[in-house]
Amino acid sequence: MLKGIGVSSGVAIGKIKIIEDDRYAIEKKIVENETIELQRFSSALEASRKQIQKIHDKAMAEIGKDEAGIFEAHLMILEDEAYIKEIEKLIQDEKLNAEFAADKITGKYIEMFNGLDDAYLKERAADLKDVSTRIIRNILGITINDYNLKEEVIIAANDLTPSDTASLDKKYVLGFLTEEGGAASHSAIMARTLEIPAVVGVEGLLDSIRNNEFIILDGDTGDIISNPGVKQLEKYSNKKENLLKSKKIYSQYKDKETVTIDNKKVVLAANIGSPADLDTALNNGCEGIGLFRTELFYLERTSLPSEDEQFEVYKSLAEKMEDKPVIIRTLDVGGDKEIPYMDLPKEMNPFLGYRAIRLCLEREDIFLTQLKAILRASFYGNIKILFPMISSMEELMLAKEFVKKAEAALTEKGIPFNENIEAGIMIEVPSAALMSGLMAREADFFSIGTNDLIQYTSAVDRGNKKVSHLYTEFNPGVLMLIKQVIQNAHKEGIWVGMCGEAASNSRLVPLLLAMGLDEFSMNSANIPQIRCLINNMKYEDAKKLLDVLNYGYIEKIKDKLDQFIKDNCQIRSVGP
Amino acid sequence: MKRCTVTIINETGLHARPANQFVQASKNFTSDITIKKGDASVDAKSILGVLTLGAGKGSEIIIEANGEDEEKAVEALAELIESGFKE
Repeated sequence: MLKGIGVSSGVAIGKIKIIEDDRYAIEKKIVENETIELQRFSSALEASRKQIQKIHDKAMAEIGKDEAGIFEAHLMILEDEAYIKEIEKLIQDEKLNAEFAADKITGKYIEMFNGLDDAYLKERAADLKDVSTRIIRNILGITINDYNLKEEVIIAANDLTPSDTASLDKKYVLGFLTEEGGAASHSAIMARTLEIPAVVGVEGLLDSIRNNEFIILDGDTGDIISNPGVKQLEKYSNKKENLLKSKKIYSQYKDKETVTIDNKKVVLAANIGSPADLDTALNNGCEGIGLFRTELFYLERTSLPSEDEQFEVYKSLAEKMEDKPVIIRTLDVGGDKEIPYMDLPKEMNPFLGYRAIRLCLEREDIFLTQLKAILRASFYGNIKILFPMISSMEELMLAKEFVKKAEAALTEKGIPFNENIEAGIMIEVPSAALMSGLMAREADFFSIGTNDLIQYTSAVDRGNKKVSHLYTEFNPGVLMLIKQVIQNAHKEGIWVGMCGEAASNSRLVPLLLAMGLDEFSMNSANIPQIRCLINNMKYEDAKKLLDVLNYGYIEKIKDKLDQFIKDNCQIRSVGP
Repeated sequence: MKRCTVTIINETGLHARPANQFVQASKNFTSDITIKKGDASVDAKSILGVLTLGAGKGSEIIIEANGEDEEKAVEALAELIESGFKE
């Protein structure tokens, strides 16, 4: 059975349609008549221009302004006279065929872009590749992929370019299936935006499927079943139907506020790893960004990001969210998340090692640069700072001193920032959880990171199959710590959020609510479902659950929580 | 031929919006315009060229124009860069 990464929820059942890869053979030829060759080239340019304009308009109407912007950049490349002239000159001077000349000059630019160490320029290289592929296909008279879908199909491809996704007629697309890509690839993001089930990163996909083959894909588990039997078909049809039914109900809660029947309000926020996730988060009805992971800036490149580069991204996030909170977590790398150019030594025990705030406090160049970028952006919206992996008061105070230092640097230059910016800490190390009463006097808010808190509290590496069954948020020790953290915070008058996976575990949500958690931050796809759950229960009922902490046994706690949902949360449809 | 040396002062450098703005402004003139940074020399009317210069904040570049409106071109483009693209 094929398997990939499920990146967009839902089940798709249907026939495969393969979108061919951009590969084409380019032969070097000497032409007799260069005038004819120049004409081939210029009519290909004209055809490309018309196609891109059309895709642009379609993207604008069907997807949105950001996606359409990609094609504006494509048009600008197409209108780059120097680029065009270089190709024409090669055709004229060396009597070369148009496709070879176009490919050669494009290759030169792409090499230059890739040689420059800049994430922005690397994206431009991808744009240029998309444009030149189109030009060359037009020169060769290869019909650009037949996107004219006439029936419902599951689209399969090596990877999908922006041109591909924008050109497809969405009403016929049941699902996406790609051989390459990960959760952050363009195909994955588009699939989530359009709410089409998708599985990416399927090794050996194109070698093992054929056009018109009948398959099932599960966008949650990443499973792909070709030529399913009757039983499997029945199972997945049911799953699909149930998903659709509940999704329909959940989606009615997208734009509601999050409030229990007896009027207890909480905030449901989104965890995002890239600005590209923002539209999806807003579409899912997030009331803020509870966690913006900034690792993206540092990974997959060869040098540290500049203050300006970070500033631009933080600023645009803040502006798009208007007055809703955007919590930016400072760099959380080291240990298991490696950054090659930082040359960090391998560690025996990375989770207990030189990572996150520990690293930042020693690397003023990295930390101050990031803090200055965050502070500058704070002028444009409701930004808050979040420090990861705090384990002592000393670290917290030192981190706050860095913020003061960054503020002073900006003040000196006369650069504006929000002088009342909130700085909070992650509670993910047991020592911080135990000291939360003291820490709450110095931090402006807490965000409980359950993934690490569980692993550190119960001493379990969840990647280790031998012990991963011990890794659970229902461990009463973990739950007691969480309760204590929330109580301590409230005593000092600060609010508490949670940004670990536990915050979107529907079984646990009533208990967290009962403990008084103020903000739940999660993968935005889960927001409608969790809001539906909260809006259909009573805070007063949930409070009775606090007793489970005394049960002591994991399974007993789970049973009680299941029973609670069954008895007390009648999911209902709501009007607009 | 007219030439002039300027330093990029805006935060973004000759990237993204400022790069587009610079190219559009260059296209308003009939003169041939090149910009040089170190050994590299590119056509100021080419977005791909300008981007490949990778001219960040603090880079020193030379603007060179050759043609009827060379004087105006160099003056206007230098001014655009020195204004920091109104960032």
